[in-house]
Amino acid sequence: MSAAIAPSPADPMLPAPWRVRAVRRETADVATLDLVPLEGDAPRFAPGQFNMLYAFGIGEVPVSVSGDPADPTRFVHTVRAVGAVSTAIVAAAPGSVLGLRGPFGSAWPVDAAEGHDLLIVAGGLGLAPLRPAIYQVLAGSERFGRIAVLYGGRGPAELLFRDELAAWGARADVTVAVTVDHSDPSWHGHVGVVPALIKKMDFDPSNTMALLCGPEVMLRFTATALRGAGVAADHIFLSMERNMKCAIGLCGHCQFGADFVCKDGPVLPYDRIAARLAVREI
Amino acid sequence: MQPTAPSDPQAAPPPASVLLDRAGLQALLDALAARGFDVIGPTLRDGAIVYDRIACIEALPVGWTDRQDAGRYRLERRADAALFGYAVGPQPWKRFLHPPEELLWRARRQADGFTIAPAPPPPAPFAFIGVRACELHAIAIQDRVFLGGAHQDPGYAARRQGAFLVALNCGTAAGTCFCASMGTGPRAEAVFDLVLTELIDANRHDFLVVPGSDAGAALLAALPTRPAEPEAVTAAEAVVAHTAASMGRQLDTVGLKDLLQANPEHPRWDEVAARCLACANCTMVCPTCFCTSVADHTDLAGIEAERVKRWDSCFTADFSYIHGGSVRASGKSRYRQWMTHKLAHWIDQFGSSGCVGCGRCIAWCPVGIDITAEAAAIRATPGKGPHGNA
Repeated sequence: MSAAIAPSPADPMLPAPWRVRAVRRETADVATLDLVPLEGDAPRFAPGQFNMLYAFGIGEVPVSVSGDPADPTRFVHTVRAVGAVSTAIVAAAPGSVLGLRGPFGSAWPVDAAEGHDLLIVAGGLGLAPLRPAIYQVLAGSERFGRIAVLYGGRGPAELLFRDELAAWGARADVTVAVTVDHSDPSWHGHVGVVPALIKKMDFDPSNTMALLCGPEVMLRFTATALRGAGVAADHIFLSMERNMKCAIGLCGHCQFGADFVCKDGPVLPYDRIAARLAVREI
Repeated sequence: MQPTAPSDPQAAPPPASVLLDRAGLQALLDALAARGFDVIGPTLRDGAIVYDRIACIEALPVGWTDRQDAGRYRLERRADAALFGYAVGPQPWKRFLHPPEELLWRARRQADGFTIAPAPPPPAPFAFIGVRACELHAIAIQDRVFLGGAHQDPGYAARRQGAFLVALNCGTAAGTCFCASMGTGPRAEAVFDLVLTELIDANRHDFLVVPGSDAGAALLAALPTRPAEPEAVTAAEAVVAHTAASMGRQLDTVGLKDLLQANPEHPRWDEVAARCLACANCTMVCPTCFCTSVADHTDLAGIEAERVKRWDSCFTADFSYIHGGSVRASGKSRYRQWMTHKLAHWIDQFGSSGCVGCGRCIAWCPVGIDITAEAAAIRATPGKGPHGNA
């Protein structure tokens, strides 16, 4: 495409074309896409941030970055096919082109977590937005205390990144615990909800940071379990999901109390949002 | 004019007041049109006073006024031939600065990917005639929403930065008006280019004019004005004082932000939800409600695509939809979101209330829900739950 019609950075609503370089099937309805810009370099992103992905003529959805922040060449996104746009993105062939705006939003406090025990707790697709933080932490694990990745899925067939989970679990510097709601004959691990794993972990609650991503009900129960274990509310961080159209605080859809999830979040500290998490339909 | 750079009031002596007669007001419209402005002002249509293109002062609602109450808006004849003898109609100026539908971009599929081009810039700058004090504040609020953050809305910026604002000190208050409570009127004090006060009695029909910007002063110098005698200035003061004293409603804003944020479970939300139709009228007529959605279209061949932005409302089920369902499924939660955002969260987000006291949401609610009454009801029996900044 010619430089003359390249998107102006002054117009934050204009998607730029990015090429799908590779697609990896994760589960029956989840795929991971590697995207590279048709022009220029990939912008830097911080773990926890998201992009708006556009399927030509269909629409745009917010998707967290699931790749390594140390890789400056591409954006990696893990998408579940649930609607028209996400279905088109999951079906995108290598070599095809998607639109992309971003990155947007707040980040996991990975640097601030140094020196602390670190609990990374994911439910379902929530492992994808946490994976960039896991990459960054494991690249400098000596700077953290005990590190644990707790992951829960509905069933064994719906777990993401199982090879990576196994590789992380084999390391001496991180504990990985995986649980499923519903087992099948192939499964020999934990069965139950992910908050139940917390009491099996060895950590110092007075010096622990926790990063949580998953369905809102899982976030609520996990945060409550962490508070019960003695972790400070301002040391627990949650990635929230709300409807988004613009991603830049102008369309109003993602409001959650006084916060815009797109620009004040998606990563928000529990002490700031605990009261409103307890209110239905807020 | 530059919305973000008002002139320093300390930098120059107060501008002198001058008078325009009816012919002079026509000369103002002509001068704006001659300078390339798309001149928009109040006019009569469909039994209401709406903002639309005007070329001559006869297009204004001459000799009309309005009677407004909860769920009620009616036009009536005045005893005189005032040009601005009414309060606000259903349309806010956001109709023009933040239009109901706006093309964002067009894209064209190529052999390899697609090209994309932003929407063309707006054709001619707007000149608004008769912008009331509450509406000036509403424009200033939308300036903060669309231009005050890390990302700016380029379409709004283009339309807003070219706009010429002829403000109006209100000569009448409707039964739904409460700008005096909100500190937003009835005297025009926010950023404008010129401000008019209509002076009409048995002996005169003039407009006291004061410039509010260099652009306003330059335009005024080209008009057939005459100096304002002291009696005219006094009469203009009396017009504003009379309007301030005849507000149809009032809203106690003291501690209102904390009160609403602490009461998301107040039983009044159930009570109002039993009346609310979730029709979204209040958000459409509100001069500060800014929410939008986007829609993507293609031609039948799938070669050309476009995205348009449209007004949306927090009263619709789709507004809060995420995979699995709407976050705000009930009418109760939607009314709570709208009012708590407007009167409370807005202060956290943008540094002021989102309400300017124009009363449109009260008049145009089909069941007459009154935001001032709802706020008063919660204040009358605040809940006990410590919800903090919920």
